[in-house]
Amino acid sequence: MERAKPPKVDLWGRGRALLRAALIPTTAVLIALLIGALIIALSGANPLIAYSALFEGGLGSTRAFARTLEKATPLIFGGLAVALAFKGGLFNIGAQGQLLLGAIFAAYIGFAFQGLPPVLHSALALLVGALLGALWAAIAGLLKAFTGAHEVITTIMLNFVAFNLTDWLADGPWKDRAPGNIVARTPKVAAAAALPNLGGIPLGMILAALVALAVWWLIWRTTSGFELRTVGQSPSAARYAGIPVRQITVLAMVTSGFLAGLGGAVETLGVVGRFQPGFNAGLGFNAITVALLARTNPLAVIPAALLIGAMQAGASRMQFSSGVASEIIDVIQALILFFVAADSIIHGVLRIKPDDGEHVALSSGWGA
Amino acid sequence: MRGDAPVVLEARGITKRFPGVLANEQVSLTLQHGEVLALLGENGAGKTTLMNILYGLYQQDAGEVLVRGKPVRMRGPSAAIRHGIGMVHQHFMLVPVFTVAENIILGAETSRGPLLDMAAARRHIHELSQRHNLAVDPDALVKDLSVGQQQRVEIIKALYRNATILILDEPTAVLTPQETDELFVIIRSLTAQGVSVIFITHKLREVLALADRIVVLRRGRVVGETRPREASERSLAEMMVGRSVILQVEKQTAHPGATVLALEQLSLNDDRGQQVVNALTLDVRAGEVLGLAGVQGNGQTELVEAITGLRPVRAGRVLIDGQDYTGAAPRRISESGCAHVPEDRQEDGLVLGYSVADNLVLNTYYVAPFAHGIVRDGQAVLHHAEQLVAQYDVRTPNVTTSVAALSGGNQQKVIIARELSREVRLLIAAQPTRGIDVGSIEFIHQQIIAARDRGTAVLLVSAELDEIMALADRIAVIYHGRIVATLPATSASREQLGLLMAGAQPEHL
Amino acid sequence: MQITGSIARAATQRTRWLTGGLLGALAILILVAYARAPQATTAVLTSTIRQSTPIILGALAGIMCERSGVVNIGIEGMMLIAAFLGFLVNVWTGNLLLAILGALLAGGIVGAFHALMAISLKVDQIIAGTVINILALGFTGYFYQQGLTTQGKLVPVEIPLLSSIPLLGPVLFANPPITYLSLVLIIVIHLLLFRTRWGLRTRAIGEHPAAADTVGIAVNRMRYINVIIGGMLAGLAGGFLSLESVGSFERNMTNGRGFVALAVMIFGKWTPFGAWGGALLFGFANTMQSQIQFMQNRLPPWLAWVGQLPPQFIGMLPYLLTIAVLAGFVGRARPPAALGKVYEKE
Repeated sequence: MERAKPPKVDLWGRGRALLRAALIPTTAVLIALLIGALIIALSGANPLIAYSALFEGGLGSTRAFARTLEKATPLIFGGLAVALAFKGGLFNIGAQGQLLLGAIFAAYIGFAFQGLPPVLHSALALLVGALLGALWAAIAGLLKAFTGAHEVITTIMLNFVAFNLTDWLADGPWKDRAPGNIVARTPKVAAAAALPNLGGIPLGMILAALVALAVWWLIWRTTSGFELRTVGQSPSAARYAGIPVRQITVLAMVTSGFLAGLGGAVETLGVVGRFQPGFNAGLGFNAITVALLARTNPLAVIPAALLIGAMQAGASRMQFSSGVASEIIDVIQALILFFVAADSIIHGVLRIKPDDGEHVALSSGWGA
Repeated sequence: MRGDAPVVLEARGITKRFPGVLANEQVSLTLQHGEVLALLGENGAGKTTLMNILYGLYQQDAGEVLVRGKPVRMRGPSAAIRHGIGMVHQHFMLVPVFTVAENIILGAETSRGPLLDMAAARRHIHELSQRHNLAVDPDALVKDLSVGQQQRVEIIKALYRNATILILDEPTAVLTPQETDELFVIIRSLTAQGVSVIFITHKLREVLALADRIVVLRRGRVVGETRPREASERSLAEMMVGRSVILQVEKQTAHPGATVLALEQLSLNDDRGQQVVNALTLDVRAGEVLGLAGVQGNGQTELVEAITGLRPVRAGRVLIDGQDYTGAAPRRISESGCAHVPEDRQEDGLVLGYSVADNLVLNTYYVAPFAHGIVRDGQAVLHHAEQLVAQYDVRTPNVTTSVAALSGGNQQKVIIARELSREVRLLIAAQPTRGIDVGSIEFIHQQIIAARDRGTAVLLVSAELDEIMALADRIAVIYHGRIVATLPATSASREQLGLLMAGAQPEHL
Repeated sequence: MQITGSIARAATQRTRWLTGGLLGALAILILVAYARAPQATTAVLTSTIRQSTPIILGALAGIMCERSGVVNIGIEGMMLIAAFLGFLVNVWTGNLLLAILGALLAGGIVGAFHALMAISLKVDQIIAGTVINILALGFTGYFYQQGLTTQGKLVPVEIPLLSSIPLLGPVLFANPPITYLSLVLIIVIHLLLFRTRWGLRTRAIGEHPAAADTVGIAVNRMRYINVIIGGMLAGLAGGFLSLESVGSFERNMTNGRGFVALAVMIFGKWTPFGAWGGALLFGFANTMQSQIQFMQNRLPPWLAWVGQLPPQFIGMLPYLLTIAVLAGFVGRARPPAALGKVYEKE
């Protein structure tokens, strides 16, 4: 019988593992782009022109890249939220609603309290935003843990509720009463609450990268992360091992909502400067694409979010210079999601064997 | 015996490969008209694979199947059914929420117009059950039937399709000795009417009692063919395992100490809210093995879950070392020194996607040295795993291998290692050797006895009466959620236990 | 009683009395309301039926898929794509029958795509459904062009004689075609599931696919067909939205109805009539939601506060109701045992 050698830091092996891990997502993106080009061509435009405009608009200049970072930041938070829940066997389609709640409450703290010291003010606004996101997700977590109501339906429904709720807040009690304003939106946040740029990089992006590191550490290096993964892999084995499954389920949902809420707060304080209904619609679904493209690895969420962010940043440029509707981006994203999810296709195309690692099953009935 | 009877079914040179395993290698056998052919082999020998090929569920990689002398390509179960082959699977293929009649007609329905003709089906079933003396209620839901009755439904299901060749896969695994006898009578009356039977088992006694001919399978190959009167349990065991086997577990007399586990008037409900354990009282003492015998589904599963904190207690108390643990959280009970080998190892005992090392700390990952605060210590986990893998003879390429890649026996050893490697006062072992190879069974039996000799109280729950009789010092029989008798193992006989398991009152024995 | 033993038994005497009592009480309530305000009552009931049409069709789609063991959270997307294609065919040809066929076809194709992912490619079924939902938003968004005008929509057809029955006539027998069809489909699918060979086999593969396989039933082929039928039902729901209800296409016009349908399916314990009850509840809630705005000045004093609520709060109603229904009923109903699991022989 073979004995395992004491593990050494094997850089070569790790590099190869990294390449291998990136192979499937990269291929998925390439195939999706190819099919996207086909669709563009079929609708009578030149895909090369469209894609080069897309590239220009996303990465072609410093300004373009800044826009990409701007778009990617909330996607990192959303992607992390979805990825973390996923590890715990939960599918959080509600990042959208949690983000809306986080955004509007961060805006409220931002405009309602004038005269706080800068660092404190923005930190408070971020925290309150994140907590509101956590609270919103807690509803779905509790429903799942105690009634068995599947989070996919409850979080979607909560998205609609959050949409109505924030719409009311922004059009009612927290409406910008500045003369001349007729649209639903909150006042601008105080300068002390806004997130600055550090050395040309938006603080929000730096924060996002740090949070990604923290989430990775939490999942892979702590006992809580072990509990989370165990519940995700096999709730019954977790129960038998003495892990309080309901508690972990609620906690996973709360943490996921915290991340999404933080994303909303960062977006509000760093980019928009106030809350406006309808901003960042579709982020919840994009976050799912990011998380699955990153194969739920928190660190890989960053490049995945940058990619999707770049596509979003370049979409308007593409529409302007090639006439291809910017919604093609949504089609390509859905295709990416399809090819990442149906990785057996790519295994077939590349003739590689699937790796047998940890797999989370989401669709074992409707809970209970 | 019936040497001149025509051959109804023949397998020639069947080979079947699964990823990493050669399940059948050049297997050939014949079945004669009206005989009972026993296919003997230990778990994992390839018996079920071979039968699934004969029944068309798997396709062989090489070799051919002949029915009544004609080569046949079994493309699926429909083809097998068309050729008159019926199979009763070890895990019954019945839909629990369907009625008996619905289960029997499924796939062979009769319709009137677009709608099902249930009346005709009921008539036909009634007729079959009369003719073969197999009483069933066509309108009962299958989930409400006992295992023995479900087996009857399976047999009628095959007869409904006019099967003349019947394959029975481990049919006695879940039956009491008396139910087993009844089954043998049924099989004999079927063969008398011209049905030919292949009977798969790993139980030597049954082979000798029932078979006309015996074919022994080992590691996917036929290693011998014999007849009952030319064989003994010992010779069959050696043929099956390939070495001489100790049929008895070696153990000294027990020296029971103080009571460790005491159940007082315990009442429990099952998942459907029906009461399944009924004011049950039982105690297990340090240094003894208490065997809980009973037919599956008499409350054993729920009882174990309640002791380990996984099921709420409706009434009564659970005491461990005199302390009340009724309704305590599973972790608190585990920390009190209670080890648990769950009956479903893949679902409840292991996280299949995890490495061997992580599975070995599944319930201790949060204490030193495996964690400091909330930070895990990966090195300590690996080091711990290296030690246990050696100590418990777990055959694995290394400790970071996913546990899903291990054989059933080695998976079970991982659980045993995890549960017995810490300070343990009480061991609850549910079906500890179900479906694993003889080598692992022997090893696990030794470990259980060793734990007992160290002063651990052992509650052994097993559907295998042989296992209970081999390991237990005292035997408690559970029937409909009550302990109907507790006997010293030395004075208990199979027949007596079988009757008790079937609900006979002890005073009538 | 020979209505397939299983349901006959599942409905115990007590729940039957309860259901009967509730239905009776409801009937009396409606009659009292009709006596006091005939026009308003008729209007509310008519609207309830029509509002419930896409929900019950979506729920029937869910029932067909899930009874055979395949989770389908992509109903929303199937409805959206079908609504769009039905709309396009209507724009191009002006033929409403062709438009309905277009919607059915679109639903069927997307259903086949779901089956491909869930059954052949073994994608987690929840994710497969999400792929469809996202794809539907993307596709309809990309191909939708402003300014396309439809050529009419499906209009109510009065059935002679029957439609002149007071109350029942206008509510049940003066509906547009897809609404009629949905009512018929409830009965058809009930019979299909519980009285036919196809239904018995469908329920078997949803409960215990291995058992079905061992008696020669082609599990995966049957699942494919059921999921495709489910897709067509969702397609009909989409067709209802763009061809019968609105008469045009709007971005994301399904507005969560596909998910509401799933909640209704669970509420109805995966039975067509049970789901219909749930769908009517939602139809009623939607009707009330739109009525409240008109009735603001005519509400009785003790309900006046309802009229004062901001519209956003009233807008939340169906979604909150869905959550409540789901939380209240999911534990009580037992889903098909093999739901969401890929069937493999080894």
